[in-house]
Amino acid sequence: MAAHQEVPHGGEDWRYGYGRQSDRPGTPPQHGTPSWPGAPGVPYAAPGVPPSPGQPQPPPPPPYGDGPPQHRGRPAPQPHAQPAAARGGRAARSPQSRLVRPYAVTGGRTRPRYQLAIEALVQTTADPSRLTSQLPEHQRICRLCYELKSVAEVSALLTLPLGVARILVADLAEAGLVTIHQPGGGDSAGGQPDVTLLERVLSGLRKL
Amino acid sequence: MVAGGFGVGKTTFVGSVSEINPLRTEAVMTSASAGIDDLSQVSGKTTTTVAMDFGRITLDQDLILYLFGTPGQDRFWFMWDDLVRGAIGAVVLVDTRRLADCFPAVDYFENSGLPFVIALNGFDGHQPYSPDEVREALQIGPETPILRTDARHRSESKSTLITLVEHALMARLR
Repeated sequence: MAAHQEVPHGGEDWRYGYGRQSDRPGTPPQHGTPSWPGAPGVPYAAPGVPPSPGQPQPPPPPPYGDGPPQHRGRPAPQPHAQPAAARGGRAARSPQSRLVRPYAVTGGRTRPRYQLAIEALVQTTADPSRLTSQLPEHQRICRLCYELKSVAEVSALLTLPLGVARILVADLAEAGLVTIHQPGGGDSAGGQPDVTLLERVLSGLRKL
Repeated sequence: MVAGGFGVGKTTFVGSVSEINPLRTEAVMTSASAGIDDLSQVSGKTTTTVAMDFGRITLDQDLILYLFGTPGQDRFWFMWDDLVRGAIGAVVLVDTRRLADCFPAVDYFENSGLPFVIALNGFDGHQPYSPDEVREALQIGPETPILRTDARHRSESKSTLITLVEHALMARLR
């Protein structure tokens, strides 16, 4: 399995290989970086830590804080230091250069492919065997969502900022690994729930 | 949505009816241009984290109600906009000792058109003001329910939610 460290210094593999180049104007062409999770030789898995899809994750670490770099669910700090140097120290000015910024996880993207409601429900449909080729953050989401979870829960339980969770969930939906149930009401009346839904909620609350 | 001033009991309210311990989700944005700027291209800006607590109630096999406690600060309105879409309504929690704290939330929901109820959270069981007095003080129209609640108690929070959904239903049928 390829890992970050094999990419020559200065490569922007800290984007985990799936940032589109158009997202980052001025970025030099990549070398050998897979364009999508699941492509052979996806970087990111720390050497010596084989992916194990069925295994429960350890409790989520503090978000983007310092920690052991070999943790699978989190980016290793080294790749972050590299682009900082490579890009003229733009990020190196930050005293927190050892932290990985949330948007590094999303390949610099700040918008999901489509609008996901914060309460939209996510359910993993992919077979666990398909997950091993996914990026760690994607794998964590997939494992979590074998039981129905909202985007908000994905964010909270995996300590991902909401915007990041939205982007990653949208990625997974596009890759066909999860299905998304957008909240009821939908397009009618500007997204407001319809009368039937309200009645169901009311009767459900009364039965509690 | 559960709104109200800082420390009014939003998370307590959510926690008392939620089937899970309230969870916290965070959104990150620049302080200067919340939600608009692409952070990846800018390194000099300060980023702000807005935390939002929420809970969940499974009402039926295929029906889950989420309760979001809104971030209190007014400058995070954009988070509210996000929540209002698809929301059934809002409970504005009020501590009558600090009535003014709820003004921004009341203004916001009046403007957005989202059905809301005002719930007077009685701290230590004290309810020094009647709903009518609060209605007058807040200049709230007669169509908006004002009720007493105790955010610590599940039954009270639940009944507040029922009042809200009934109100939302009436508003839709009108």
